[in-house]
Formats: sequence, C-alpha cells, structure tokens
Amino acid sequence: MPDDLAIHARGVTRVYKAKPNPVTALGGVDLDVQPGDYFGLLGPNGAGKTTLIKILTTLLLPTSGEAKVAGFDVVRETAKIRRVINMVSGGEQSGYGLLTLREQLWMFSQFYGMPIADGWRRVDELIEITGLTEQKDQKVRTLSTGQRQKLNFARGLLNDPWVLFLDEPTLGLDVAAARDLREHTLAWKAAAPGRTLLLTTHYMVEAEQLCDRIAIVDRGKILALGTPEELRRRVQAESIFRIELDQLPQNGGLAAIGDLPGVLSAVHADEDSADSASSDRVALKVALADDSALTNVVTAVAERGSHLVGLAKSEPSLEDVFVELVGRGFGDEHDEEQPS
Amino acid sequence: MNRYGSLTARTAREAAEWSTGRVIRANLRAVVGRAYPRVIGLTREPSWVFFEILLPFLAVSAFVFVYRALEAPEEFIGFVVLGGAMTAFWLNVVWMMAAQFYWEKDQGNLELYFTAPMHLMSILAGMAIGGLVMTSSRALAVIGIGSVLYGVTYQIEQPLLLALVFLLTMIPLYGMGMLFASLFLLWGREAFHLAQLLQEPIYFLGGVNFPLGALRSFGPLIGVVMSTLPLGVGLDAMRQLAFRDMTGVLPVGIEMAILVAMGVVFIIGARLALGYLEHLARKEGRLTLRWQ
Repeated sequence: MPDDLAIHARGVTRVYKAKPNPVTALGGVDLDVQPGDYFGLLGPNGAGKTTLIKILTTLLLPTSGEAKVAGFDVVRETAKIRRVINMVSGGEQSGYGLLTLREQLWMFSQFYGMPIADGWRRVDELIEITGLTEQKDQKVRTLSTGQRQKLNFARGLLNDPWVLFLDEPTLGLDVAAARDLREHTLAWKAAAPGRTLLLTTHYMVEAEQLCDRIAIVDRGKILALGTPEELRRRVQAESIFRIELDQLPQNGGLAAIGDLPGVLSAVHADEDSADSASSDRVALKVALADDSALTNVVTAVAERGSHLVGLAKSEPSLEDVFVELVGRGFGDEHDEEQPS
Repeated sequence: MNRYGSLTARTAREAAEWSTGRVIRANLRAVVGRAYPRVIGLTREPSWVFFEILLPFLAVSAFVFVYRALEAPEEFIGFVVLGGAMTAFWLNVVWMMAAQFYWEKDQGNLELYFTAPMHLMSILAGMAIGGLVMTSSRALAVIGIGSVLYGVTYQIEQPLLLALVFLLTMIPLYGMGMLFASLFLLWGREAFHLAQLLQEPIYFLGGVNFPLGALRSFGPLIGVVMSTLPLGVGLDAMRQLAFRDMTGVLPVGIEMAILVAMGVVFIIGARLALGYLEHLARKEGRLTLRWQ
C-alpha cells in the first residue's frame, strides 16, 4: 500500500519553463522506499536528483504523476509532510552569520515547533554528537566549510525526522569531514531503525557506504534500481578474479588456463606485465562462469609449475554500472536541470 | 532517548497528526525564533549606533537648521525630530522586511522556511516583531538625543492615546512590509533597487521632515495618497498628540480608524500574497531556487 511506504512516486514528471524549449528535469519516475530504508539516488549533475527531492520535500509541484511521503500527498498534504521530514543540502549557507552556532540551531528548533527549553537541550546534544562543542559559541560566519556542514547536519536532526533528505551532503567537504558526516548518518540510522533516508549523491563510495538500495538516475529517468550487489550483477554476471603468479604457467600458458572447464577467459591483468620479462610476478584476469571453477584454475596453475602469490575477486564499481547503463561516465556531465 | 534522538510516535503518519493547540504553539515559537536574530543583533553589531543613529541624525539636524534659519515655529523642530525617529521604522520596514525574503532566498533560508512545519506568516511576524524591538531602541535614541540637543518641548496631554496611535501605526507599517516581502520576491530580481525606489517618495508623502498640512495646497489628491501610507497618517496623528498647537490633516480619531483599516488590509494582503507566492514557487519552480 502506498500509504505504508516512506516514499512513493508513480510517473512523476517535472518540466521547467525555459527558453527556447521547456526542460524536462524528471521524465516519469517510479519509486517506492520502505520505512527504515536508506535509499540513494546516484547520478551526475543535471540527472534530476535534486528536482525529485524538491518535489518530495514539498518545494516543487510535479508537472504530472503522484508522489507521497509517509503516505501524505506532496500536492495536497504539505503541512503533514513538513512535520515529519527534514532536509540538508551540500554547500548550504542557511541561517544568520551573526548568530553563534548554538543560537542558530536553537532558532531552527523553534521553526520546528520545539518547546524553548527542549530546543536548547536538543541543540546541546547535537553539538556534542557532531563534535562542534569547541565552536558552539563561535559566530556562524566564522565556521569552516566542514564545520558549517556539520552544523547543517545537526539542524537536519533537530526535529527527529522520520524521513531525512540529504542532497549531496558532502559536496565540497574534505575527505575527513565527508567520512565524519557519513559516520554520523549511519549512527543516526542505527539509533532508530524506523527512520528513512533519501540521499542524492554523485559519489559512488558514499552511495555504497550509506545506502541499502540505490537508483541510478540520468536525464530525469531511473535507469536501474536495486541493492549495490544487484546493480553490479546487472553488468557482470560472471565472477572475475585477479590471480598473481610467480611466473606464467608452462605447457600452454594462458591459453591452457582459458580452456579449462568453467573458465570464460584468461588474459593478462596489466598490460605492463605481458611484456615485462623482468617482472617477478604476473597478474592474470580470469573470468569464471561461477566461483566454483576457481578450484580448477588454482590446480591447473600449480600443475604447470607456477605458484600462486595473490588472489582477489574483482568487483565492478557502481561507476561501471553507470557506464554500462548510460554509455558514458560521470565526468561527462551536463546541466540540463538548470535552464538559463 | 539516545543521543541521536528517538521516534516517539509509532509511525510517521501518527507523528504528523498535530492538534490545533500544537499547531498554534509551533507557530508562536517560530515567531520567537525568527525575532531572535533581530533582537540579538543589537548586541552583536555596535556599528548600528553610527549608521542608524548618528548618520540619520545628521539629516534631522539639517532640517532643524533650515527651520531655525527661516524662523519657523519652534514646534517644527519637534516635528522633524519625531519624523526622524519614525524614519527608522520606515527604513527597517523597507530594508529589513520588504527586501528580506529576497535575501533569504539567496542564502537558502527560504527553502528551509518552506519545508518547516510552520506558516510563513509566522516568519514574517517574527521579522516584524524583532525589527520593531530593534528599531524602537534606535528611534528612542533619535528622540532622546534630538530633544535634548535642540530643546524640543512636548505637550503630551494623553500619553496612553499617543502610545496607542504609535502601536496602531506600527501594525499597518509592518503589515505593509510583510506584504512587500512577497511582492518584492514576485516582482523583482533586485530587491535593492525596489527598496531604493520606495524610500524617498515615502519620506515625502509621509511628511517625515515637515507637517503634512503643508501639502493641502496641492489639493485633495495628495491627502488621498498620504492617507494610504501608514507612516504619514500615524505621524500626523502622533504630532497632533505630542504638540498642542499642531493642526493635523484629519482629526486624530479618523486617522486612528484609517490606521486600523490599513492594518487589516495589509495583514490580509500579506497573507494572500504569501499564499500566491508559495503556490507560484511550487508551480513554476522559481523563487525558492537560488539560481532563478
């Protein structure tokens, strides 16, 4: 039932008026997110991720289609949705620079309807959790980008939202600050399993680390949806292993390995190693019909006088999935979400 | 409750059901929350003493010297000082109310206001109350300094009525600011120019630096225009109550009735404009989006 879902979208489209032609930011999105899910929308800039978040957070009306958050319609029941959600965007500069960090959070607690004393108490808790205790009396305008984003994240948790929308939350953060924020997000999830997260990102690692399920989005459409493992399987049915040997197998070499039962192909893993006579080891990339064929390979290698010095299963990344689905990488971005 | 908070309701749908009392309390808290940065700003930015008291006071002083040079009645000095104090409110309304949503949009605050569980009128009310508190201190400073420096004598026979007229002036004045907050956002891409456009005509039609009765020679049209502006009507009524010999454009009672009517019209207008703004923002995808 759509009303039992944390997020439900059917045929959601959004077209922006623009010159010379209207821009379709969302082209019919279907999406169901269960309560408690951590769900990621993964795609390049201009894919429509932010537009979808804006519709779900009641900032935008869909041009057509139906969308619900916590069972409430985004067009008609905005007040109820706003009571159970919160949103944090990357690079957010909200609030007022003359306030201290603590005051700013308290001000927002009042916007979420918290009693005055409860607001201060909650603010202090979140300041401690997010490691901002030293900066709590510092004016907001003096905070660093990382501290600022931690503050934004704390603001997003003030009202204990049932559905939290994180729109590119680690945009512009350094590695440590981004990792810190991801750890807080996971801890928030662990604290109350009924909470739902909708994350938009174009960072593969972030999506994999935070999300139970991921939708790959491009040009306003969901191209694939599933767990990270399911998505990888879409582009790679076979098992791929990287095998490192002290020398190339004798008696037929690579071709003999490739002819083994269950082996689909066997090639040099690195171009360098194919030509390098001086290398003390060789790396092979072996594709198997399934993992059980690995035994044949290991046995055959040993019989041909080689010793196994390294073995690793090679997994496709979500970027591989994206490239497979879209035919281009994240680097080839376009900005069609922002009409001029 | 663990450190990351906890969910007190069984389901999100249950959590979204708020009683009417809770809705009212939440909106009142939002008013307090939005007023807070304005009030606290008084202690954070001491430069306001220079920019908002001493500099405007120079303009007041210029008119004082002109009236003295012309040997105008001594009440005129008081008119100018009172007008100078009321100017602070008008400046607050035009720069810190009318233009505020535009700047809030640029900062990304408007998005958060829209998605918070309170009515945007609460934000506007918070801005207005915070601005009123902040500006009252500035206005009192202008009156105090001006009165002492230029020896202004007030003949206030009904101080409570004067206070009431002041409050009745503030309601439509800030109501107008609340209305303009939405309209500025709807009309213009540059709030700065709109604010500048309004500033001087209102100084003139509000009779900030001279008694509005002087405009009678321009015919009834000026009176009609003036009577649509809370600053002009309120200032005229306050001058009548503060200076015994002042002849107003209209009797105080009628001016009070006009202020009440204007208050109702501006507040309702602000509510309607806000509703339209939100509808347009959601429909067209503009206004809440920073790049628009």
